Amino acid sequence: MDNKIMVPEPERMQALFREAAGSLTLGNNGHFSALRNEAMQTFSRLGYPNRRQEAWKYTDLEAALQVPYRIQLIPSEERADASKIFQCEIHNFETYLFSLLNGSYVWEHSPVSVLPDGTVVGSLRAAALQYPELFAHHYGKYADIRNGALEALNTAFAMDGIFIWVPDGVEVEKPIQMVNIVNLKENVFIQPRNLIIIGKNAKLTLVHCDDSVQHQKNFTNAVTEFIIGENSELDYYKLQNKDDDATLINNNYFHLSDYSRLTSNTLTYNGGLIRNESKVKIDGSGAEANLYGLYLMDRKQHVDNRVFVDHAKPHSVSNELYKGIIDDDASAAFYGHILVQRDAQQTNAYQNNRNITLTDRARVETNPFLEIYADDVKCSHGATVGQLDQDALFYLKSRGICDRNARMLLMYAFAAEIAGKITIPALRVRTEEMIEKRLKGELSICDQCVLHCKDQPEFRIDMSLV
Amino acid sequence: MLNIQDLHVQINGKEIIKGLHFSVNKGEVHAIMGPNGTGKSTLANVIAGKEQYEVTGGSITYKGLNLLDLAPEDRAREGIFLGFQYPVEIPGVSMTNFMRTAINEQRKYKGLPPMAAGDFLRYMKEKQQLVELQDKLSNRSVNEGFSGGEKKRNEIFQMAMLEPELAILDETDSGLDIDALKIVANGVNKLRRPDNATVVITHYQRLLDFIVPDFVHVLYEGRIVKSGGKELALELEEKGYEWIKGI
Ligand SMILES: Nc1ncnc2c1ncn2[C@@H]1O[C@H](COP(=O)(O)OP(=O)(O)OP(=O)(O)O)[C@@H](O)[C@H]1O
Ligand SMILES: [Mg+2]
Repeated sequence: MDNKIMVPEPERMQALFREAAGSLTLGNNGHFSALRNEAMQTFSRLGYPNRRQEAWKYTDLEAALQVPYRIQLIPSEERADASKIFQCEIHNFETYLFSLLNGSYVWEHSPVSVLPDGTVVGSLRAAALQYPELFAHHYGKYADIRNGALEALNTAFAMDGIFIWVPDGVEVEKPIQMVNIVNLKENVFIQPRNLIIIGKNAKLTLVHCDDSVQHQKNFTNAVTEFIIGENSELDYYKLQNKDDDATLINNNYFHLSDYSRLTSNTLTYNGGLIRNESKVKIDGSGAEANLYGLYLMDRKQHVDNRVFVDHAKPHSVSNELYKGIIDDDASAAFYGHILVQRDAQQTNAYQNNRNITLTDRARVETNPFLEIYADDVKCSHGATVGQLDQDALFYLKSRGICDRNARMLLMYAFAAEIAGKITIPALRVRTEEMIEKRLKGELSICDQCVLHCKDQPEFRIDMSLV
Repeated sequence: MLNIQDLHVQINGKEIIKGLHFSVNKGEVHAIMGPNGTGKSTLANVIAGKEQYEVTGGSITYKGLNLLDLAPEDRAREGIFLGFQYPVEIPGVSMTNFMRTAINEQRKYKGLPPMAAGDFLRYMKEKQQLVELQDKLSNRSVNEGFSGGEKKRNEIFQMAMLEPELAILDETDSGLDIDALKIVANGVNKLRRPDNATVVITHYQRLLDFIVPDFVHVLYEGRIVKSGGKELALELEEKGYEWIKGI
């Protein structure tokens, strides 16, 4: 019963849930089994999302759901030094590195580590035992298990993931890097569940990498809840370099308190089917949320970014900028929803999605949506889908720059705006290199890391002066 | 150097250049004048290789090459430079990066190694001084947020960097104040050599006080209808284009 190989049909998932009920435990608190049951009921009622639903019109999970997967039910004890199984190739990139291998937290000495500054990082299930109060307070409080079928499915089966707690007043000195690696020689279905809690007056930079290596079909249904306390700051980077056989669903819930600041930057380089949902609840005044994204898709890849910003309190700012370059037969969807509630006076909310399509087969669907109930607000949205600017191309070529490099310069400039928002220099430089390689078609899924690149590019674009 | 015979050009099915003859030799300066919308920029763009224009008849040879066979970048590498009437803004591409890429591609074409970064920056500084272009502009994106005058000066700066054999300056003087005009003209004059040539397209005789042309041509309704020495510009200024229409 442990780890079954099966098509993850709703009825079979329900049966599996019933059979496994006894071993699906998190913490020693009955609270989570009630939550699981409720979640399973939701999933049983809703089933998987399908394209008849407005929110899933452009993303089709059907094919990915017909594959038999090994359902990773009980985490395997992954005893290893995370830095041994994963080598990060970013130069001068000092991080605290933690990883999930096929959905299970990897540890050598202890499943929960305390950093010198008091920050706690560890396996979700180990932490649930050690920090029952934090869990009782936050776990499952933000993810929508009543309407979100995939969040519900994740909640019903969640057994492991990464837990981070930054206590009040702590500014974590180095970025924490968490890497999700999928590496199995068989098809695997995993549901990591992460909980990130930042106390008051605290600060965390988190780099979250999604990686897969084996060119096996794999399905990841991840849910992460982020709680950003009063006057605290989270700088969050999501780097996605999955192989073309990967399906990745990411549901991120951000909860912002008074005067908190969130910057989220989602960089999608590769992946068969990726859906990133960011739901930001601005539940404090004077808060700021910056949501950036860049996606560079080709072949038959598909990416769907959905951002929902809920302004529930006054005097806050949100700012969204997502950009994409879509080549070949690839497709992208963007949905940006800004809700300004009646009490959220003096809200500034901006949203922009810009796309370049390189072929006439590349498809982009972009839907901005503003829903405003307060009267004293400044909101704007914009969405564009277009080709490279012909006049700019001619201008570059008229100076002797060849067609390929002229295109490259324009695409690079377009994409680099998002890289320019990265505040960690080493990561920014590496990201710029990644973009360059990706645009030149030199980036493939490498051995280990989302940022692993073997050769130095022959044509360097100097971005230092851009 | 440049020889245009019976050129016909269409855009979107509409004929703009209607049987134009024009030739330029090394060391010469030509001025092209003419009313708005008569095809001056069209001619300049066709020489530089803009794809949207369709050449339906005639020929252009340049240094013995069939120019119409060359891609725009190869024309540039062979020494043609177009100073745009409306320079294009390119957000995100820095002037430095742009010029470095252009110079190194042109060098590669000539079989030269890329210019070392230090040499390049020194070279750029020198050329900036020539057109008194402010330093800070080179750190900005190409033309982005430049004033009208800055854009024009930036065209001359690029010309100075690339040292073309045949420069076509399309209304580089428009939008310049008198001091800037002198600076731009001075830049052009300093770059003049016996083995290169310049074509200036302008509406104003005053530019020709600073860049003294060997020939002045009047382009009207897609043809060069009158050519002469620099006194033709004065005559045009005095009599206006009505006079040409009467011819
Ligand atoms: N892309 C285009 N589509 C349609 N018509 C065009 C296009 N470009 C130019 N034209 C037309 O071609 C004609 C010649 O234009 P051109 O720009 O060559 O004139 P010009 O002599 O440079 O004028 P000016 O003195 O105003 O700069 C004009 O009637 C113009 O409207
Ligand atoms: Mg013109």
